[in-house]
Amino acid sequence: MLRGVTNVAGHVAQGDEIRLAGLEKSFATPRGPLHAVRGVDVAIARGETVALLGPNGAGKSTTIDMLLGLAAPDRGKVSLFGMTPGDAVDRGAIGAMLQTGALIHDLSVREIVAMAGSLYPRPMGIDEVLDVTGIGELAERRTQRLSGGETQRVRFAIALVSDPDVLVLDEPTVAMDVESRNAFWATMREFAARGTTVIFATHYLEEADAFADRVVLMASGQVVADGPPTEIKGMVGSRTIRATLPGADREALAALAGVSSADLRGEAIVLVCSDSDVAIRALLAAHPGARDIEITGAGLEEAFLQLTATDRPGQTPVP
Amino acid sequence: MKVATYTRFEILRTFRNRRFFIFSLGFPLALYFLIAAPNRHETDIGGTGISAPLYFMVGLAAFGTMTAMLSSGARIAGERAVGWNRQLRITPLTARQYLRAKVLTGYLLALTSMALLFVSGTILGVRLSLSEWLSMSGLILVGLIPFAAAGILIGHLLTVDSIGPVIGGVTALLAILGGTWFPIAASGPLHDISQAMPSYWLVQASHVALGGSGWGARGWTIMTAWAVVMTILAARAYRRDTARL
Repeated sequence: MLRGVTNVAGHVAQGDEIRLAGLEKSFATPRGPLHAVRGVDVAIARGETVALLGPNGAGKSTTIDMLLGLAAPDRGKVSLFGMTPGDAVDRGAIGAMLQTGALIHDLSVREIVAMAGSLYPRPMGIDEVLDVTGIGELAERRTQRLSGGETQRVRFAIALVSDPDVLVLDEPTVAMDVESRNAFWATMREFAARGTTVIFATHYLEEADAFADRVVLMASGQVVADGPPTEIKGMVGSRTIRATLPGADREALAALAGVSSADLRGEAIVLVCSDSDVAIRALLAAHPGARDIEITGAGLEEAFLQLTATDRPGQTPVP
Repeated sequence: MKVATYTRFEILRTFRNRRFFIFSLGFPLALYFLIAAPNRHETDIGGTGISAPLYFMVGLAAFGTMTAMLSSGARIAGERAVGWNRQLRITPLTARQYLRAKVLTGYLLALTSMALLFVSGTILGVRLSLSEWLSMSGLILVGLIPFAAAGILIGHLLTVDSIGPVIGGVTALLAILGGTWFPIAASGPLHDISQAMPSYWLVQASHVALGGSGWGARGWTIMTAWAVVMTILAARAYRRDTARL
């Protein structure tokens, strides 16, 4: 089930892709070194929209920091269209929205976007940026008077103002309400359609599914899968049935239709399902006495445990 | 790229910050009126032949400009706290341009602080010749170089929470050791410590208007040493804080 890293851009000239090769990065912590990224290899063709999907602590932000040149890899290399991150930044080729970040105060929205724009060789017009990001009505508002969601939209405008070749967004929709979220993705799609390469990190499967051409799945600092969203969704979109069923037989439960693995915890059973609709019918047919039934969509963390567990043959995945 | 536009917004934003205005510019000014105004007819302070408004004007000019310069650190720490520094690092703005804008803003504030104090001094009856005004101001501006570097240093070393008290404490200590508030004894250990402080020479710079002789070889040597050491430390702190590929 687990696919290796797809070298989608293998046929593309190296100068026309973004390449992360053998990236590794550790941080010193009081409890010993933390291996945040342990060998990431990804090639992204110009114009692709790629989601870096993974739970917190998967190494997404560290990977992005290395992509942007904000952190130096311990090992490995980053190249953006044949340039180092530093050169790409100097040419104004990268626009980015970092995960943590607020805005400096005492400037209006228009002023802070103009201030950022003044740093680039060929910025977009300020009115155009405010317009495409839908913050025209906030133009004269001081940055300290913006809500969390509005701040995110202004930060998005700052990422776009350079008219970049690559747009890098680290968890961009955190703190946005549904409306801003939709507006945000609509704008992002426009840019992707213009040929801008978009790389975004998220821990929402739905976002990756809806907006990316390709999903790079990360867990524990490594790429565990890389492919089109539908495929990744099939891998991590499983559901789990929990129920109380005294004296159940694990082997028998695992053999039920729609169940991919079963586990016993005292009187409780936990079934990880490939198809929970089929599985629940099969379970009730075979064991009408099952009670306290709960069906939940697997969280990403759970899905990753599954994926990484199937990596080691002969072991039952424990959700 | 138009660094001038960036710098202009940087300055605009600094001058719009009310809290900053009150503490960096208002405080020395209020202090001046509080101390000097009641004694404005005192023409011979401590038998030196110097009037009270003049004596406190030049003392507070050193204190006010020093505070203004170190306040760059507070702005840098604030920008680091909200992640604005990281955002700037993914723009073509170079470290040199970034630091130049910070120093320029600091100098502009120092000049404003100085101008406000000089105007206030004139209101309280201070009269100096044009050459006295100019030589005093010029030497103060040179004497602020180590403080410009120190502002950048603490901005990249400290957090936004700790920097306020540190700037307050350091300026108070430097002001006392520099002889801003009262003259330092002409000899003894306090005198020796005081002479090694950049604030002492900043005060000496402003004392040009009191008939002081400026720095002399010793003053220039000590101030150059401070400027060099602070610049090296500031550059190191900046680099450590922003290590990039």
